Amino acid sequence: MSTTSHPTRSAQLPDLDGPDRPIYWAFADCWTIVRRGLTHLIRQPSNIAWQLGFPIVSVLLFGYVFGSAMAVPGGGDYREFLMPGLFGMTMAFGFMNTAYVVVLEGTKGVTDRFRSMPMASSAVVTGRGVSDIITAAVDLAVLALTALVVGWRSDGGALATFAAFGLFLLLRFALIWIGVLLGLMVPNEEAAGNLFAVAFPFAMISSAFVAPSLMPDWLGTLAAWNPVSSTVTAARELFGNPAAVGDSWIEQNAMLMAVVWPLIITAVFLPLAVRRFQRLSR
Amino acid sequence: MPTPQAAILAEGLQKRYGEKHALDGFDLTVPRGTVYGLLGPNGAGKTTAVRILATLLRLDGGRAQVAGFDVTREPRKVRRRIGLTGQHAAVDEILTGRQNLRMFGRLFHLGSRQAVRRADELLEQFDLTEAADKGVKAYSGGMRRRLDIAASMLLAPVVLFMDEPTTGLDPRGRNEVWNAVRSLVAEGTTVLLTTQYLDEADQLADRIAVIDSGRVIADDTPVALKSTVGGDRIEVVVQDVADLPTAHEAVRRVASAEPDSDDDARRVHAPVRDRVAALTDVARTLQDRGVDVEDLGLRRPTLDDVFLLLTGGRTGSSPAAEPSAESATTKEGTPA
Repeated sequence: MSTTSHPTRSAQLPDLDGPDRPIYWAFADCWTIVRRGLTHLIRQPSNIAWQLGFPIVSVLLFGYVFGSAMAVPGGGDYREFLMPGLFGMTMAFGFMNTAYVVVLEGTKGVTDRFRSMPMASSAVVTGRGVSDIITAAVDLAVLALTALVVGWRSDGGALATFAAFGLFLLLRFALIWIGVLLGLMVPNEEAAGNLFAVAFPFAMISSAFVAPSLMPDWLGTLAAWNPVSSTVTAARELFGNPAAVGDSWIEQNAMLMAVVWPLIITAVFLPLAVRRFQRLSR
Repeated sequence: MPTPQAAILAEGLQKRYGEKHALDGFDLTVPRGTVYGLLGPNGAGKTTAVRILATLLRLDGGRAQVAGFDVTREPRKVRRRIGLTGQHAAVDEILTGRQNLRMFGRLFHLGSRQAVRRADELLEQFDLTEAADKGVKAYSGGMRRRLDIAASMLLAPVVLFMDEPTTGLDPRGRNEVWNAVRSLVAEGTTVLLTTQYLDEADQLADRIAVIDSGRVIADDTPVALKSTVGGDRIEVVVQDVADLPTAHEAVRRVASAEPDSDDDARRVHAPVRDRVAALTDVARTLQDRGVDVEDLGLRRPTLDDVFLLLTGGRTGSSPAAEPSAESATTKEGTPA
């Protein structure tokens, strides 16, 4: 056999069949993909501006245009109430970014290239996840600064404030798997753009902008059970912002559900996404 | 064990999607150091075959070895020895060319210094050094393709799969890719490329396998393949159908086989050996007899011709009546 003595192989290239070390490479390859995501952020900082355009416009629209007509049950400043809702909305929309990138990589053949390479196949998914979380953290930081400018404050102390941002990132983490699954299911970028029709009600029919107790009963129940609501309400409590918590069990246990919902979503959609990815070879 | 010369060995590959057989007994043996063209129309199974051999798709039956390793049992060993360029340039548009090659190098498990050096080598080899630090977004189609090929050459693979590498490129980009492929072949890489264009296979391939309905229906050198079609054909279209027998006679004098006449299309065509002599002879004869000619020309055999001949032969339909009527309809869509 002459498989290892190919004429074009230069002497510096590594031994083709060295030890496998799968765990080492699962992390190393994930890191390489994450670094790629970070390079994207650095090369295209304007992307963050585009992504945050909608939440920032929402700050102005809801805070100043509709704000005077908005009431917070139980009292409190509407803009204080609004900001955690906008953080939650940005996280809720995040799954579209994940789905869009997954679709793009599929149609461009990048996913196939990765799969034809001797890299750890898990890194394609884990690298995507870690990159998305880092991007979401940058989004949150920019948004929080904007919120500070318009007068929003956290009265909860450093620990509670970080815990609240942790809950937002936990929600975003859970939504990655829905994004990956949808990205593998929709045929092209145009279809991925249409996911907005799902993302919009998902973010809006929640406690993000209006307390569920002010909605018609059926809609209020739907909004209260929306995972986005649990995260937003829990964050309001941690920030010490007006929370307008209703009497229902789900609203009373927002802190618990802000942890449980993302775990449930991950437990359901992570295996589905992995299975869908493995089915690419069918 | 496979024969040491075979870079690719496929035996009786089967791939089904529901009722549809994408591959149905696909056999192929590609010797090391050759360029093999896989030729066939859309939906014939070319891409499916390449995806199975590149470990992207599981096969439902049969056996395939690439670079000496079974694609099902030892996919990782196969992946260390192959490169793949698909139908789109699978590179990161936001990164620069250099960043792309370094990233893919790391994912091929080169050390960081090795990845840097290998990226430089490949940028040089594929004539991308000048554009190396520009974002890929600014690259032309040909440059993207070259970067794509460079990315698949990071480990200097034994076998390079290219699925329609020039689809969507302008003639200049196409030439750039062809030159890149030739330089790889000169260094001994085995290339399996799929294409819908006979001239592309003709330019690059040592051998061509024609694929239809998921199996190989012919496997030969380009020259031999074209000679089965009968090489170049001369074609005359007259203005008045009454002149058709005269044209038939004029064509028969220079043809290497009995000409085919088609009254509806007012057309006569036949295979010829000496192209230019045949053309001048027919032109002079028709002029001398005062025939009004609407069109007169030489046609190179196209994939359609090869394909019609091969599939026509296989299904046993009468080759005299059917193909001429069909080629009249397929000709429009075929670049000359």
